[in-house]
Amino acid sequence: MTQGEIVAGCLAPHPPHLVYAENPPQNEPVAEGGWEQLRWGYERLRASLKDVEYDAIVLLSPHWQTYIGTHFLGLPNFKSLSVDPVFPNLFRYHYDLNIDVDLSTKIHDKAAEAGLTVKMMENPDFRVDYGTITTGHMVNPVWDKPLVVVSSNRSRDYYSVEVMQEMMIELGRVTREAILESGKKVVVIASNSLSHRHFTTESEIPEDMSKEHIASHAMHLWDMRMIEYIRSGQSQRILDEMPEFTEQAIAESDGGGLSWLLSTLDTPSYPGILHGYGTIIGTGNAIVEWPERNHKGASQ
Amino acid sequence: MSEGRLVGSFIVPVHPHTVLVPEQNEGWQRLRDAFDDAAQRIKDSNADLLVIYSTTWPSIIGHQIQADPNPEWVMVDHDFHDLGSIPYSFNIDSEFAHAWDEANKKRGLKSRTINYTGFPIDVGSVVALKLLNPDNAIPAVIVSSNVYANRSETTVLAKSCLDVIKATGRKAVAVTAMSLSNRMFTTAIDPKDDKIHSLKDDEWNRKILEFLGEGRLEDVGQLSRTIHKQIRVQKVVAFKPMWWLAGMNENRNNLTGDVLAYEAIHGAGGAVVHLDPTPSGAGDKEYDEDDVEFFSGERNVLDAEGGAPSFDAQIPQPSKASTSSGPALWEPTTGESSVNSDAAPKPVGMYPHARRVGDLLYLSGVGPRQPGTNAIPGGPICDDQGAPLNYDIKAQTRAVVDNITRILEEAGGSIDDVLDVTSFLVDMDRDFAGYNEVWADTLGKVGPTRTTLAIRALPTPIAVEMKVIARAPKGN
Repeated sequence: MTQGEIVAGCLAPHPPHLVYAENPPQNEPVAEGGWEQLRWGYERLRASLKDVEYDAIVLLSPHWQTYIGTHFLGLPNFKSLSVDPVFPNLFRYHYDLNIDVDLSTKIHDKAAEAGLTVKMMENPDFRVDYGTITTGHMVNPVWDKPLVVVSSNRSRDYYSVEVMQEMMIELGRVTREAILESGKKVVVIASNSLSHRHFTTESEIPEDMSKEHIASHAMHLWDMRMIEYIRSGQSQRILDEMPEFTEQAIAESDGGGLSWLLSTLDTPSYPGILHGYGTIIGTGNAIVEWPERNHKGASQ
Repeated sequence: MSEGRLVGSFIVPVHPHTVLVPEQNEGWQRLRDAFDDAAQRIKDSNADLLVIYSTTWPSIIGHQIQADPNPEWVMVDHDFHDLGSIPYSFNIDSEFAHAWDEANKKRGLKSRTINYTGFPIDVGSVVALKLLNPDNAIPAVIVSSNVYANRSETTVLAKSCLDVIKATGRKAVAVTAMSLSNRMFTTAIDPKDDKIHSLKDDEWNRKILEFLGEGRLEDVGQLSRTIHKQIRVQKVVAFKPMWWLAGMNENRNNLTGDVLAYEAIHGAGGAVVHLDPTPSGAGDKEYDEDDVEFFSGERNVLDAEGGAPSFDAQIPQPSKASTSSGPALWEPTTGESSVNSDAAPKPVGMYPHARRVGDLLYLSGVGPRQPGTNAIPGGPICDDQGAPLNYDIKAQTRAVVDNITRILEEAGGSIDDVLDVTSFLVDMDRDFAGYNEVWADTLGKVGPTRTTLAIRALPTPIAVEMKVIARAPKGN
């Protein structure tokens, strides 16, 4: 069997506002647009992946929060309605997605062998979280690729960012191993924002862009610092500064996605492509692609 | 109609084990039995409303209140999905939900109702309603736990709920769906091996339950921050439910407490506790928290609603809701036939907010200052040194109308009762158009007679004030 390959790694945030603003037929609410800078960023990411052959998407969402290890969706299909419990006015999405159960199981088993706590999710009534749906839609709105959906182990809440990162780096390592052994070509995605301090009010028209800005200057500085590391291929510095970044920017990297992603890419030393940056209710969001297909062996 | 009241409070655990697999562990079964006992006590109390504050429904934009009269779905826990599914169909008091939402807004809270098919009701609420109200006989209402809320915001949330309970004559039961210590085992365990995660967590839980068993709810409320640091995994929601429940019980410390069960659920501390409002005699407390009536915290991160003010580079810009300077504030006088409202700004002299004479209400001059904070929506007209500031006359005028509404509602009436208005503007040329526009949207639709005068100054740095005569509501 040919060796599998990670063709790209992506940081692809999931605020439901983006799907809302796109007005896809699957989503019930209707918007007048909004958050174009980020949506154009997603357009550029989709264009970049358009001619890339791949078999599956492996996605870690911070909104499937598990406290007893890491879980994986383990049935071939999930079809239901996803309503965001925080922004139900914006996101009520009818989803129908397929799971690559073989690849899910392979990553699950590898993680178990490595001593991580893992579980397959095989309850057909389970509703897929809105983070997975939003990122899944924005990256691949035709939903023609099967997914591996990985929960966010909240080990940071129980221990520390350092412990969380240690576990996520290990999970990333076995994820990479499983993908390479699977013979499949895969896009790996961390679905999280950068700085994550929300506004606590919402304007009358949620998509009123005159109200949108970063929550504070400190958040902006942290986001730009991380983006500069991304743009200059300094992944190790991102990992090194993850504890400070996560604490001080209240960053959504607390869910482990970014650490896991960089580990699956073997801590890339080549520049990530910034497809877009923008704020959503004050949080900082970057859409980044690491085109691993063009940089084989360029890890640190 | 007699005034409504709280007839009981309960604390219940959130995890689905007590619904799905109580038989797998003796402790889980004892919790389930305690749930059944609690359900019977609620039934015996003749309660006609269940109010659920759930720690497993976090919110960001203020608080959210479930208002779908009959939400139906199948709930599967994110962690314990292998235990099974919980189908639900609940009886929600939509009318109460909307009234609470309105009451929240009057007290300065950001709030909204939720009524969407398929909305994912959280595990804590599902467990509470399935077991405490198994036949859906009692209508319920569910409120979220705001991620960013502090004690004052959570207390005001309880006060606005009590406003509606009292006004609607309800016999309500308050329920907090929560764990005590919330650290679970991070690996799978055999159910028979379940225990509290650590001795330290267990000791803290028992101390909390000792307080609650003595009815000392306010003491637990004041310990919440310490409890959170000691035995709570640092999730975003923190240990707020005791603040809300203490607020629902008017911060009393002499309730009659009864701990019905205390057990571990996958390492977390789960307890079923009944707090009866009957005084226990325990009593004493040191109340060292601010007793906040209105929330005036960080809820203005966006620009002024109703239009951002025009900016002039030559003039210093005020914040949207600057605190005014000016004369000292007075408590409104309380003479015969006076009408005063905690929801209106305090007077700047010795007079009431309004006075009733026969069939008419005479209101003292009403400005835009905000109750509680004394802030001026749209900004003050000058700084402390008298230097002019840019301000938003529309925001000020809207705030005046809101204050008039609050005073009339306190008297049992509404804005529709306004008969005659005399308006005072400090800058007719600058402000008349904006003032007139807001008037047309608000009082203009009610139809009172109106006189508008230009004056040199008002006692506080505001641009508009109104003097109102209104119809007095009958029967008050």
